[in-house]
Amino acid sequence: MSKIYINGISSVSPQSEDIFEEENPLVYKENTLTALDQDYKSIINSMMLRRMSKAVKMGLYCSKKALLEAEVEIPDAILVGTGQGCMQDTEKFMTNMLESEEGLLSPTSFIQSTHNTVGGQIALDLKCKGYNMTFTQNSVSFESALLDAILQMEDESTQNILVGGVDETSQEFTGFQRLDAQIKKENISNLDLYKSESSGTIISESAAFFSLAPEKKASSYAEFKDVEIINSIEISGLNSKIELFLKRNNTSVSEIDAVILGRNGDARFDHYYEELQNGMFLAKCQLGFKHLVGENNAVSSYAFWLASKILKEKQIPEIFKLNTLNCSAPGKVLIYNQYLGRNHGLILLQSL
Amino acid sequence: MKGIAVTGMGIISAIGRDIEETHLSLKYGKNGISFPEILPTKHKDLPVGEIKLSNSELSELLNLPEDHSYTRAALLGIYAIKELLENSAYDQFPEDTGFISGTSIGGIDMTEKHFYDYKNNPEKRKYIQAQHPGYTTEKIAEYFGLNGMITTISTACSSSANAIMMGAQMIESGKLMRVIVGGSDCLTKFTLNGFNSLKILSTKNSRPFDNARDGLNLGEAAGYLMLEAEDCINGKTVLGRVSGYGNANDAFHQTASSENGEGAFQAISKALKKANLSTTDIDFINAHGTGTKNNDLSESVALKRIFGDKVPYFSSTKGFTGHTLGAAGAVEAIFSLLAIQKGEMFPNLNFSTEMLETGLGPVTGFQKKNINTMLSNSFGFGGNCTSLIFQRNE
Repeated sequence: MSKIYINGISSVSPQSEDIFEEENPLVYKENTLTALDQDYKSIINSMMLRRMSKAVKMGLYCSKKALLEAEVEIPDAILVGTGQGCMQDTEKFMTNMLESEEGLLSPTSFIQSTHNTVGGQIALDLKCKGYNMTFTQNSVSFESALLDAILQMEDESTQNILVGGVDETSQEFTGFQRLDAQIKKENISNLDLYKSESSGTIISESAAFFSLAPEKKASSYAEFKDVEIINSIEISGLNSKIELFLKRNNTSVSEIDAVILGRNGDARFDHYYEELQNGMFLAKCQLGFKHLVGENNAVSSYAFWLASKILKEKQIPEIFKLNTLNCSAPGKVLIYNQYLGRNHGLILLQSL
Repeated sequence: MKGIAVTGMGIISAIGRDIEETHLSLKYGKNGISFPEILPTKHKDLPVGEIKLSNSELSELLNLPEDHSYTRAALLGIYAIKELLENSAYDQFPEDTGFISGTSIGGIDMTEKHFYDYKNNPEKRKYIQAQHPGYTTEKIAEYFGLNGMITTISTACSSSANAIMMGAQMIESGKLMRVIVGGSDCLTKFTLNGFNSLKILSTKNSRPFDNARDGLNLGEAAGYLMLEAEDCINGKTVLGRVSGYGNANDAFHQTASSENGEGAFQAISKALKKANLSTTDIDFINAHGTGTKNNDLSESVALKRIFGDKVPYFSSTKGFTGHTLGAAGAVEAIFSLLAIQKGEMFPNLNFSTEMLETGLGPVTGFQKKNINTMLSNSFGFGGNCTSLIFQRNE
């Protein structure tokens, strides 16, 4: 099987993409974090832009930037992971339908409500007639897309794959997440997320896309080794699952240099991470990211962006660190993420 | 042995609650189109392929506790997979069984039902997460104790065809030994009003490929297949094989298909290439054929581009079931496997006149025919086009 290199990356999130260079991260005082506005006009047709929801904008913007960096015009496949899809348009059509009691409705928001709208719009913009897939499995939506990237790369004619994760927030639907304890009741500052002892987390929107190829370039970021999806697992089974995953990739815990954890400050489920932090990864450099960019179903794509940056730049900004251990030459990075104790994902990356 | 073995299947749709009933409906031309009785919509005049079982009736049939939080798509999915399990060699699915489910809207039936309840009625809040498709897949997985590789594909009307394709690839690559693939979608006010706002719903029974076709009927269904690696077969009956698949994007418009059927053309070409077959090997096609002006013309043009003057026998079964959206690919995969097994071509209902542009006519009556190789098409919003090829187990 051919290797898979990460040749272009781009992310949009509640933090600047220059977070490695900037001293101070952005601080939010509310529990819903929107993604920072970008100069979308610079690479997206302004006529098209007006009709696009945030998810489509973010997804297309990151896609084009990642492809540009990798010097790819049209990829062979477009793979998108989005747990909640185009919620803004879904909400618009839903509320219009309910308020009008199934009256006369404009189709625009319905047309844009399907989960594959982002993937479809990227294809349309790039005029890409290749393989096109959208995964929507809660917090392993992006991991599913990565798994498909491995499958598509098995076809020897595949030169380039665009893969990414994107999720947006919307007024009512995101508001519902406050009612069922997904979002913390009391407003907290994002930087205090890991001090919080209550249920729920802070919810955000983000996108991160990557250009993958079997060919390494001088500018490549890292090698994407493998991904695994585990729908449901007891905490007691986590260690052996991770060991097996590493073994399958001819490595072991001792060779892992840093672990990126999806801790989100939810007192009900963070013990999955604590188990690893105090156990098998006690002596490893541990990183978090949700205190900066919040939680959403596709946010593991941000962790993938972070790992890619770390492995290329060989540095780990202090702001991401969960413990005081240093890692001077990161070589292998493991990402572990879950949401509400379900949909666990493992991703392994390696430096070049 | 060529292709991935299908060793089990289960289905529920408007034309039957199991494989046998479904087959009899197809054979005797008995459609499942009616007016909505279960779906609480104002549009009682729009024909649909509705399964005449309420959620509480389904729950009772599945022995679920009253306070459960299954969506309708989950109830239908479980119903279909129970049949698959009962007809399999397993008492329960082995731990390493994967599950890839396709759906277009997942559990949005619960969102539209409880949208105004969530604020003041804490009991209904268990459905807040149900809106997102992964939830429905998880609930089905939970019911059957599936804990491993579980994911959901949502590419509108090609969702479950893509799930079958991915499952086949997972087995080919050795990542899974066994995987349940397919999809489930229920009727919702959201989709009914959505398609109605696009003005592509017919007020009569849909007439795929007819010159006077004027829209589709929505339907609901769940259909699932068990795919297994060679090492797992051990003398089990192999119902057929997934030998080809192709996925392409039309890259033309968010909802409309291109005039030259480019996406469909690419998907079919890739599927033929993957199966290492030539156009003359295809015995029968289960077309996407929704009954809309746009789809049927685009698909017909694509068929003519691929097959030239020798377009094989084809039919759309949407006249039986309605368009079951994300479930359609799996439903029609099962119809395709039945066609191969029984040596039967199921008719394209309500057809009378070839469309002027192409002059293509589908199979309009039940016919016996030896079928070794079937092509099944599924196209969707977002330009997503998928074609699957099923072959007899030799």
